[in-house]
Amino acid sequence: MESAPILKLEHLGVTFPNHPVFNDLNLTINQGEIWSIIGKNGVGKTTLMRTILHQLRPTHGKISYLPSQGEVTIGYVPQFRNIDADYPLTIKDFVGLNLTGWKLPWLSAKERAKVQKILDQTGLKQLAKRPIGQASGGEKQKAYLAQALVEAPNLLILDESTASLDPVTKTELLDLVTELNQRLKLTVLFVTHDIPMAQKYTQHYLMMTPGKVEQGPIANLTTEKVWEGENV
Amino acid sequence: MFSYEFMRNAFAAGTIIAIICGIMGVFVIARNMSFLTHTLSEIGFSGAAFGVFAGWAPLNGMLLFTVVSSVIVGQLSARSERREAATSAISALFIGLGILFLSLANKNASYATSILFGSVIGISAGDVQQMLWLSLLVLVVVFVIYRFLKFDSFDHTGARVKGLWTNALSITFLVLLALSVSVAAQIVGSLLIFILLTLPAATAKYFAHTVGGMMVLAITLALVGVWSGLVLSYVTNFPVSFFIAAIEAVFYFIALGWQRLQTAE
Repeated sequence: MESAPILKLEHLGVTFPNHPVFNDLNLTINQGEIWSIIGKNGVGKTTLMRTILHQLRPTHGKISYLPSQGEVTIGYVPQFRNIDADYPLTIKDFVGLNLTGWKLPWLSAKERAKVQKILDQTGLKQLAKRPIGQASGGEKQKAYLAQALVEAPNLLILDESTASLDPVTKTELLDLVTELNQRLKLTVLFVTHDIPMAQKYTQHYLMMTPGKVEQGPIANLTTEKVWEGENV
Repeated sequence: MFSYEFMRNAFAAGTIIAIICGIMGVFVIARNMSFLTHTLSEIGFSGAAFGVFAGWAPLNGMLLFTVVSSVIVGQLSARSERREAATSAISALFIGLGILFLSLANKNASYATSILFGSVIGISAGDVQQMLWLSLLVLVVVFVIYRFLKFDSFDHTGARVKGLWTNALSITFLVLLALSVSVAAQIVGSLLIFILLTLPAATAKYFAHTVGGMMVLAITLALVGVWSGLVLSYVTNFPVSFFIAAIEAVFYFIALGWQRLQTAE
């Protein structure tokens, strides 16, 4: 049985002054699916993600969050983060930063349990007290992932967040995302240039090229198609 | 020493200042705003000079200038790549204005010195009370927006992604910083206020393991600097700001040395 849609983009377009980024983009993403978003640098992948995150207003078309906007919560893991190596911020504190609201400065027992749970799920339990600035690249990415997931979102965006990782760490992180996808029915958008990883870990693709957007099941994404016109 | 009222007032004021600077300093360091803090202190000098020219209390002139300019500075330097140049331009303009207002007010150089370097003798019980209210205002606002401010200061990217109003937070923080500068300038002077708003927190960063710990340590270091500075100034009759600056700088260099040792190991 096909899952219910969680995100629907209809005739979506974003135009910067004198520069259309993408136009007439139609896409329906169902709950629990994993999509890869691929395309060359500058083609508008991050712009599309920022539009989905409400950081940019679309010039044309509309975005529907289903069943309603309030019921779709989004976790976002960007590629870069400016974290000072000397910050006195443990991985546990870093994950807890995402728990905001007009609340007391310190975390409640319920919030501490949430942090603990996501640290367990992401395999960071043993590293909870390590300063985030002193963590390795892979540990940092896991911490970013845990922070994005601490509020239990139902849509996760990984924006080239595995780009700087070695193949082993990359595989470990994506195995973890797949496990969370299966266990929590988490919907995932994976922005990447890494076609083999997209083929291994995602079920659908959206390939963005200047003036054209193509989508389909990942099995249809052949190497020839990717290299035709140098699309990544 | 405590038989003199001015020393009791100076210790009370110094304690308030150390607490406020320890807390605000943590966010100044996390937000990489040391230079901007220095600029705000120069704007404070200009505001105090304007206060004297207009016949107000210097603190009121400082409050007016620092609060208004902090909003302008925040808007002008919202983009980090132009922050240094914009801050330098504003700094130059306000130092010039400070000198102009002092000249127009027909005050001599010693008055300018007391604004720039502070004075323990001139602090009255009324000044202490005013500092206390302003500091409480800053503390209450920090308490209320603490989680947002912490998120934005230590992980700006994450805060933006979360959809926090990072620009509004930045301006709110600058206004709080302006209030803190005006409060603290009473004792260490506008030229040296950035010492207490940057060095204790910058030192604490190397020893603390949590943000709360960094805050407690920054307050402690600021208190040690201010109290020791007041005692040494009383004993030697040298300026209090010199002792505070020297003590905080020594703490900072020790922290740097300690961090180098840790890295070498």
